[in-house]
Formats: sequence, C-alpha cells, structure tokens
Amino acid sequence: MNITNLFRSSVGKKFIMAITGMALFLFVVLHLLGNLQIFLGPEAINRYGAFLQGNLELIWPARIGLLIIVGLHIWSAIKLAVENRAARPQPYAQQEIVAASYASRTMVWSGFIIAAFIIYHLLHFTVQVPAVNLTGKNFTTLEDAKNQHDVFRMMVIGFQSRVVTLFYIFAMWLLFLHLSHGVSAMFQSLGWKSPGYGSLIARFAVVASWLIFVGYISIPIAVQLGYGSSYVNSFNVNALQEVVK
Amino acid sequence: MNFTLRVWRQKDANDTGAMVEYAAKDIIADMSFLEMLDVVNEGLIAKGEEPIAFDSDCREGICGTCSLVINGIAHGGQRGTTACQLHMRHFEDGQTITIEPWRARAFPVLKDLVTDRGAFDRIVQAGGFISVNTGGTPDANAIPVGKVESDKAMDAAACIGCGACVAACKNASAMLFVAAKVSHLNLLPQGKVEKDKRVTSMVTQMDAEGFGNCTVTGSCEAVCPKEISLNFIARMNRDYGVALLKAST
Ligand code: HEM
Ligand code: FES
Repeated sequence: MNITNLFRSSVGKKFIMAITGMALFLFVVLHLLGNLQIFLGPEAINRYGAFLQGNLELIWPARIGLLIIVGLHIWSAIKLAVENRAARPQPYAQQEIVAASYASRTMVWSGFIIAAFIIYHLLHFTVQVPAVNLTGKNFTTLEDAKNQHDVFRMMVIGFQSRVVTLFYIFAMWLLFLHLSHGVSAMFQSLGWKSPGYGSLIARFAVVASWLIFVGYISIPIAVQLGYGSSYVNSFNVNALQEVVK
Repeated sequence: MNFTLRVWRQKDANDTGAMVEYAAKDIIADMSFLEMLDVVNEGLIAKGEEPIAFDSDCREGICGTCSLVINGIAHGGQRGTTACQLHMRHFEDGQTITIEPWRARAFPVLKDLVTDRGAFDRIVQAGGFISVNTGGTPDANAIPVGKVESDKAMDAAACIGCGACVAACKNASAMLFVAAKVSHLNLLPQGKVEKDKRVTSMVTQMDAEGFGNCTVTGSCEAVCPKEISLNFIARMNRDYGVALLKAST
C-alpha cells in the first residue's frame, strides 16, 4: 500500500471526495459570511470587495486552490459514478427504494447543476460579462463615491432580474440537497464518526445546509423586495441631473 | 392462499434470461417463502418442466445462502429477516410477487435465481483471518477482551455473508459486508496485529471484484438480515485511512 491507493482504491477516492467536499463546504460558509455584508450597506461590502481585489497575492492562490479542489471533487465524482454504473450491468425488473433519501440518490445530478451554476456565477459577478446578466447594464464600470468598484450596486441590479433571482434560488436549493447528504457522508467517508454522535452529525448536516440555503437566498429575495433600490436610484437621479445640466 | 409469481428464469450463465409467470396455488399461510417455492417446483416437476433453481441451506436464517429479491427488496423487506424466514402470511392473498436474483456484476447469475458469490469468498481469503502458529490449544481467556469491544466485534461477526447489502445498494457496493468482516477481526486483540494489512488487502480485493462504491444511502443497513450498522463502514474507512497514512510516512 502506498499513497497511490488514495487515487486508485474505492475508499481512497471517497477520501478525496470527502476532503475536497469539506474544503468546498468551508468555502461556501466563508463566502456566505462575506456576501451577507451587503446587509451592512454599500460602504461595508464595497470595502470588502476592494480588499479582496487589492490583495492579488491572496486572491489568486485561493482561486487556484479552489479550482484544484473543485477539479478533484468532480474527477472523483465521475470516476466513482462510472464504476457504480458498471457494477450493475443488468438492472432489476422491479426495485424498491429502501431507506435511501432523494438527496443521496441524486448527488451526481445536484453536483453537475451546481457546477453549471458556478460557471454562470463566475461569468455573472466575477468576470462580469454583460451578456449574461440580463439587465442590459455593464457591471465593470459601476463605481461608488470613493471610486471603488460598486459591488453593492452590482448585486442589487443583478438581482433585480427575476429570471436571474429564480436561477440562483434553484441552484441554492440543489446546494442544500447536496450538502444535506454530503456533509454527513463526509464524516462517514473519513471515518470521523462513531455510534454515539452519528445522529448528531446527521442533524448538523441538515441544520447547516438549511442555514446556508436561507443565508444565500436572503440576498436576492431582499433585493426583489426592494432592498437597495433607493441607493441604485440615487445614481440614476445623479445621472439624470448630469444630463439636465 | 394463491399468488401469481413473476420469476427470473435463466438457463445458464450465458442465457439472456426473462421474467416468467407462474401460479402458486393452495399455499399455507405459515409456509416460509422457500417452502412456497418448493410447492411451485413440485408442480413444475409433475408437469415435466424444469424447476426454479434457487439457493438455500439452513432455512433458519443463519447460513446466508438464500438470496432472493422479492418485490424489489432483498430478502423481501421484513426487517432483520432472511428470505427463508419470511412467511407467506405477510403477503396478501392473490398478490403478484416478483422474484429476482441478486444483481451485480460481481455476482454473475449461474441459473435462474442462483448467483455465484465467490467474490465474497475471495475477499475473505484476502484478509478475513488471523495468522496463528498451530500447536496446543490455547488457554481460554488467556487474552483478555473488553466487554464493549467484544460486543462490537460480535455485532460485526453477525454478518452471514448473504450479499443482500450488494443486492440492495444502488451502486452494488459490498462495503457493508467488507466492513463487517474487517471490523470483526480488527476490533479484537487477536486480529489487531494484522489490522492495517487486513483492511488494505480486503478493500483491494473488493475493488478488483468489480463492486461499486458506497454513497452512504443506507439501503444496505436497512435490508441486512443481521442489521449490521452503517457505522462499521465508517470504522473500516478509518482503519483504511490509518493504514494509508502509516504506509505513506
Ligand atoms: C459548492 C460546491 C460543492 C460543495 C460544497 C460540495 C460538497 C460535497 C460534500 C461535503 C460531499 C460529501 C463527501 C463524501 O461523499 O464523503 C460531496 C459529495 C459529492 N459531491 Fe459535491 N460539492 C460541491 C460540488 C459538487 C460538484 C460540482 C459535483 C459535480 C459532479 C459534485 C458531486 C458530488 C458527488 C457525486 C458526491 C458523492 C456523493 C456521495 O458520496 O453520496 N459536488 N460534495
Ligand atoms: S437458507 Fe440459510 S439463511 Fe436462509
């Protein structure tokens, strides 16, 4: 046995899945905490945005690390799923689902749709490709009073599109499903579990997934309910006044 | 009681096989599922037809030989019960009952409902034993075993190796079986000595046999006639992780 068993064996690939899954879970939590600063107002979130963009030597290693982690997660997901399909070439004529939850049976599908969402999300708010935001606005040129990139205005305008909001909520629902099973599976895969606190882990997985879901969707929903529109409109008024002058 | 059976018939390993319908007439409610099949087979033999081949041995739920997927559930869905201990009174008169063999690449069908479960034997041969020098019979209790550990080891040792876990798993994974066999020995002082080697060899053999991978759905635990807990898979993963770390450092 040597380290290559990590990539070759069934249990080894589950370790990769679980460790990368845990890293992604932690990222999802930190990212949520960062985003929730939108509720502290434009100044807070714009400063946070400027802080991230101003520390390229931090943000690029983090991005490259995340890319490798996502890559390994998807690689092991596909590899394991292909082996699983091959393990039962002849299906049952009749098969009942026993004990297996919906989330546990659809991990690959929730995973793939989340991957598609991640690509869209990066084009939407990171690369800021105007064509995908469905508002006809260019996010790259938005600036606040301090001439920083106006992240607050970008998020508010972004989520004023109902279609975009619905897609985000749908993707977050799948993330909820993925994590409600994934977080407890992760403890199981790594063997960090004993009969005593097994049920506690399952409960933690569901509660954490709910909090993540509610936390993320609170932003587009708040915007749909009018949050931040006065701030955005104040720029439109300014612009109008410029035109009038 | 009367039933309509839909049974998987397959001449041999190379035949494609198909579901065939049979009538099971005048079945006594207290017959076991296998006795019901015996009655049907007697009828087939009387008519000069080939009887339905199925595996059985002890018929008292301890050998793990019987292996039927009944109405889509391995061993028929009564908790903690093998097919041989399942009684016809749990079915409704007039019901249609579907009967299939275990389905997994690692368990090829030999005939009708009989599969080759040699893969399990090869996994046990790979590490499901302890190495001892032969000689005089050792004294009883020469090696003390804690009560908690011995209870846990006994829970794992309850596995009868029927393969229902594989049959029920959507991935045809054998991890519950292997975890039970690994844990039962790894928990005891006699087995601890070869702990790392055992878990490595048995997992390697399991992979080589072409079983799928665990996705923690819990189906295996739910159909297991000996109610082996999913926690043993966590334990096996931990043992494997420790062995991997030791080997790589
Ligand atoms: C934000 C992104 C994601 C997070 C936070 C995440 C998290 C997790 C976690 C914690 C696990 C449990 C690990 C284990 O099985 O032990 C997991 C499993 C899994 N993930 Fe992800 N994941 C993400 C994205 C993806 C993507 C893009 C795919 C694409 C295919 C995917 C596919 C899977 C699969 C197939 C499993 C195995 C399920 C199982 O064992 O039942 N995940 N994920
Ligand atoms: S025949 Fe022995 S367990 Fe069923």
